[in-house]
Parts: sequence; structure tokens; C-alpha cells
Amino acid sequence: MTDPKNYRKHVLSVLVENHQGVLAKIAALIAAKGYNIDSLSVAETLDPTVSRMTLAVHGDEWVLEQVVKQLHRLIDVIKVTDLTDEEHVGREMMFIRVNASDPAHRAEILRITEIFRGRIVDVTPNSYTIEMTGEEKKLEGVLELLQPFGIQEVVRSGVLAIARGSKSAARRDEGRLRLAQRKQAVGE
Amino acid sequence: MRLTGSEIFMKCLQAEGVHTVFGHPGGVILHGYDVMLDYPLRHVLVRHEQVAIHAVEGYYKASGQTGTAIVTSGPGATNTITGLTDALMDSMGIVVFTGQVPTAVMGCDAFQEADVVGTTRTCTKHNFLALKTEELPRIVKEAYHIARTGRPGPVLVDLPKDVIMGRADFKGYPSEVSIRGYNPSVNGHPGQIRKAAELIASARRPVIYGGGGIIHADGGAELTELVNLTQIPTTLTLMGLGALDTSHPLWLGMLGMHGTYAANMAMVHTDLMIAIGARFDDRVTGKLSEFAKNCKIIHIDVDPTSIRKNVHVDVPIVGDVKRVLTQLNAELRKVERDWRTEQEEWYGQLAEWQRAHPLRYDQRPDGAIKPQYAIDMIYRLTEEHDPIVATGVGQHQMWASQYYRARNPRRWITSGGLGTMGFGFPAALGAQVAFPDKLVIDIDGDGSFQMTMQDLITCVQYNLPVKVFIINNKYLGMVRQWQDMFYNKRYSQVDLQMHPDFVKLAEAFGAVGLRAEHPGDVKPIIEKAISTPGPVVTEIVTEREENCFPIIPAGCAIKDIIDVGDPVPEKLFQGWR
Repeated sequence: MTDPKNYRKHVLSVLVENHQGVLAKIAALIAAKGYNIDSLSVAETLDPTVSRMTLAVHGDEWVLEQVVKQLHRLIDVIKVTDLTDEEHVGREMMFIRVNASDPAHRAEILRITEIFRGRIVDVTPNSYTIEMTGEEKKLEGVLELLQPFGIQEVVRSGVLAIARGSKSAARRDEGRLRLAQRKQAVGE
Repeated sequence: MRLTGSEIFMKCLQAEGVHTVFGHPGGVILHGYDVMLDYPLRHVLVRHEQVAIHAVEGYYKASGQTGTAIVTSGPGATNTITGLTDALMDSMGIVVFTGQVPTAVMGCDAFQEADVVGTTRTCTKHNFLALKTEELPRIVKEAYHIARTGRPGPVLVDLPKDVIMGRADFKGYPSEVSIRGYNPSVNGHPGQIRKAAELIASARRPVIYGGGGIIHADGGAELTELVNLTQIPTTLTLMGLGALDTSHPLWLGMLGMHGTYAANMAMVHTDLMIAIGARFDDRVTGKLSEFAKNCKIIHIDVDPTSIRKNVHVDVPIVGDVKRVLTQLNAELRKVERDWRTEQEEWYGQLAEWQRAHPLRYDQRPDGAIKPQYAIDMIYRLTEEHDPIVATGVGQHQMWASQYYRARNPRRWITSGGLGTMGFGFPAALGAQVAFPDKLVIDIDGDGSFQMTMQDLITCVQYNLPVKVFIINNKYLGMVRQWQDMFYNKRYSQVDLQMHPDFVKLAEAFGAVGLRAEHPGDVKPIIEKAISTPGPVVTEIVTEREENCFPIIPAGCAIKDIIDVGDPVPEKLFQGWR
């Protein structure tokens, strides 16, 4: 039923209960089912009892249907939204430590950093550490350009995504959740 | 009211309506067992924690009441893993409480410590680690709610020693649950119901393929109504047996690897498959690429993950099987159609398959006892009591599914998904606890029974009059059958000729032991077994090398089914030479 020819990258936005063990449950599910996860990032939302996970998954429609259903099956998962076919903004952050012992290279690295709107966040006599944010393709481009100088280390955050517009599904869910909680708090 | 965690725990169980638990005490759960003495809770002391879980499964399947087990930390908890996995695969609504070392030493390799929440993450529907005494009422409430609703399943609650010994204000057991990530669908989507009804009303060769979900949802009556209304021939999975009376004229027999020829052929030649509370297990579908190639599929299930997991579905309906069938029947009642005439040709075809390939065996009066004959006789001699029948796993299980023609829901208890040897006897024990006055039978294999037989003493202790019938072929029969059919008869580690004397064994436990060795003994021995009070172990010594037919070899398409006397194709050889 699945065909790797139709695989593409999907970005899932997942709201989960913010308590101990939830990340482990999701990781165990992904490992047990053998899904291909490119990246995963987690942090608290405006509501401290809820966390948002952004998952980048490779697969076709069938694989994605399974991933979404299996995630939903976990009691601690509140909502899963596939942002791939919705209008959304996706960004990733990256730190690159690059060789900069040659003074001629230092100027060139600075220029590249500036063109791509990055920032130098750490300097040593031998290296620059660059902070760079952008879509995956842009980050790949920067890496390609910096490759010749010698990259010492790369740290990437994995993709973060948010739906565009005011009526995005993900935002609606979070809003609804907050509203329900407020109602509960005032005893409605 | 400031109470200890153990007191709160007991009060919560009481409020939940739990009056019977199965369990085994140990170090860190001692405080709970101490407090238990002051509460009117019936505790069945088993001799191994795996037995506690299977007993709870039997209790649940027979009664429909969520079962409860309490065990200690470390080995007590890890001994439940097989049972939990079995319960997850077969959707058994059970709650297991495990002791845990104090929170302060968790993760420090304390005595009898195991990471139980971590270990059971993938073999429970959900699990909890209680970290504060005041959380206990909410956790217990949620645990039972999750175990019994939606697709039922096992829930585990880990109770650290300091949490059950600590004190907290007890403000009563919560009356409601609100879990924002858990809202199982109950009613089917009306649009989907209409679509399904349309498909059903235009089918010429439909078949109903029902599973364990019908039993769990108590939807047997609704299924029967659907069958009567539409006159659609019906087959059930191993887990669904009992959902439709086996004397119903439209009953095709079980389907799957050892199902009847007619039921399996119906699945191949149908134009509309109506799957109800079933999950397209590989033992049913055979080779997936060959499965359901020329038919439409309606799939009714409470668990959305089961839908389109293995096969393409035309009309999925997510909801409680009982509710959806009620909706569907209401929709179908509006249809004006002469159901029988429209399906006449189909009935003819099915009858032909049934005639050409019935289930059959050949019992010679002077030969060895055929296992099928023994089970057939158990059925004939006990059917009038409407007994609860449990089985182990293996050949005897498949023969029991063929020849013990379960006629009512919740009367057939077996390990389907996980295929857990040693399941039958403890499950029968649990069912007997739920129904002390009912005839409860365990049809077991010699291999299966030996895996959990130590708990015969539990039956004797609590006077649980389970009637065990060991179909003893002195082999691990199913493995031997595969070695016979697919490994050129090279038998490897399947000979169980060295077995205990089951009659003396039963007597050593204080139970009654009986034995039948000749076909003529079978009837009187079965009669004696069921009329003897208390637990009885009956060994029926059978033909050693009988094979179970029909069989759809693993990985083959349904149409490759092999019936009695058919040759085994050379391409199925799996050994080496």
C-alpha cells in the first residue's frame, strides 16, 4: 500500500500534555512502527500544561495517515495537524562553526554570513560560529558555500512551523483549548 | 480527611465497583496489602503474576467487567509483560497496579526495581506513574475509564512505595473524567452509514466478516439482527466466535488460517466484505497483495488506527460496533429488496463449497482417539450447560475453534493476537471467579498446560471447579505439524513424551485427575469430569501425529488453502537440504 516513490516531507504540528514521559511515549511509538522522522522539536506553549511538538516525517499519504492515527491513539496527544498542504511558514535554526584561521577567509565568511542574514555569535583566533535561520534549502545553501573553508561543527534545531493567517487550524485548536480551560477555571 | 495512599487506593477501587482482584504481594506493595485487610475486597492469590493477568483477561472477557490485578515491583511487574501484551493485542479491558520502589531511589538500581512504565510503554493502552499521593483518585479514575472505553485495552498504574504510604486529603472519587486527548467516537457518521447501506443493498455476493470487537461492544444481538435482515452469509474470526449462533443457517464457520473452506472461499469470491470489529490480521488475510482484490470493503471499528492499516477500505465507519450496527440496521430496514432472491446464486455457490469441503475427521472405534473427536464430544456433552470455554494455543485451540461451536458471546476465551501458550487455564480460572456457578472448561494442550499449571493449587484453594481437558498428543503439536508440512518432517525439539502423570499431578494438588486412552472412554470420562465437583483435570491421550486442516500456509493467498488429503506444494518447503 505504500510506495517510497511518492514519499515527501511532511510537517506535523502536535499538541501534547506537558508532563513527564510524553516525549518517551512518542519516541517509543515512532521507533516501534519504524517511521522515518527527520526532526523533532518540543517546547511549552502559552499554556504551560501543553507542549507543542513539530515533527518532520518522510512518507506518502498512507504512511502519514498511519503516523497521524497512531499519534492520535496516544492518550497524551491532544491534537495532530498536518501543515504540509496548509499555508505555513517553516524555519530552522542552525549554528555552524567554521575554520577562520586564514585572514583572507575571514572576510569572505563574514560576507557570506551577511548575505544570508546570519550573525556571528562566537569568535576565536581560528574559527567563527555563525547563527543562521531559514528554510531548509537556504541552510543547505549556506553549508555548501562554507564547505570549502572547513566546517568544524553543525548544530541544527529541526524544523519549526506555524500556519499562516488568522484562522489556522493549529491556532484555532490552541485557542479553543485555552478558552475551555478558562471556562473550567471560572466554573462555567 | 487525611488518608494514606493505600487507603485512598482502596476507597477508589470500592467507588469504582471493584470487588475482586487477582494478585501477588511483595516488598514495596506491602502497605497496600496491609490496608486491604480492612476493606471488603476479594483477593485471589495466584502463584505467578502472569497467571494473574491471564485470569483478569478471562474475568473480563467472560463478564465484560474491567478486571483488576495487583502485583509488586521488579519481578512481579515484569512477570506481567506477556499478559499485558496479550491483553493489548486482544483488546482486553484490564487495569494492573504495580508496586514501585520509593521515588527517591527510582533510577538507582534499588532492590526489585524495574523501569516498569518504560518497559510497558508499548504493551499497554496507556500507563501512569503516580508521583503524588493526592493524584491517586484522578489516576485510578482515568485508568478504568481508558481501559474500558473506545477499543478496550490494558492500563498500568505504577505505585511507588512513598506514594502509597504518604498522606493526602481525600476529597472523594471523581465522578467524571476529562482527558482532552482521549475522546473515542461512539456513533458512526450518518453519511457513511448511508453509503454502507447503499453498498449492502446492491451487493450480489456479500459476506460479513466479524471479529472480537463485536463481543467487546456487546453487539451480538445487533449482528444477528443485521444477518437476519439482510440474509448475508457470515463468518467470524477466532476472537469473534460466539457473536453469531453457530446453528444459524447463514453461519459459514470461522475464517482464516484454520477456518473452514467455505468461509475462506467466500472471502475470495465476495463482491462486498463487511468487516465489523475485526482488524484484517495476517492469519485472516493471508498474502495481502492477493487479498480482497475484486471486492469493496466496509470497515466498522471503534479504533481508527485499525482502518486502512493493512487493506484498502471503501467505506470506513469509526464508532462503537453496537451503536453503528443499530444505526446501520435502522437504515437497512428502509431498503425494499428481496434479499434472498438477489443472493440466490451466492448461496448455491457457498453450499457447494460446504458440501465439497466440510470439517471432517475419521474416528475408528479401535484406533487412537482423534483430538477432533474428543473436542466434538466435549461440545456435545456440555453444550446444554452453555459453558464458558477457554483454550491454550496450538493445534488443540484450532480444533476447539472448529469443533467447540460456541453459541453465545462471552463464552469463548482464547489468545488470538499474541498466541500465548499457557493462556487457557488461567483464563478459565478468572472466568470461574466471575461466574462461580457456571460450567467453565479449559480445552488445553499438553504443552500449553505445562506452562501455567502450577496455579491448579489456586483453583483448589478457592474451590474454583474448572474442568481442564488436556488434549495430550505428547508433542508441541502445531510446531510439529509445520515441521511435518514445511520442513520435510525433520522434528526439532517438539517431542513431549516426557511429561508428568497428569492424573497424579492433579491429585498432588488436591484436585481430581482422570484419563481417557481409548475412543470408548471419551464419553464416560467427559461425563464423569463435568459431574465431579471441584477442579478436575482430564487427560485425553490422542493420536500423536494428527494434523489440523484446512490450513492456509503462512504467507500464502487464501486460495492456496490446503484441505485434508491435498498435497503440500514443493514451493512451501522452508527448511534446508
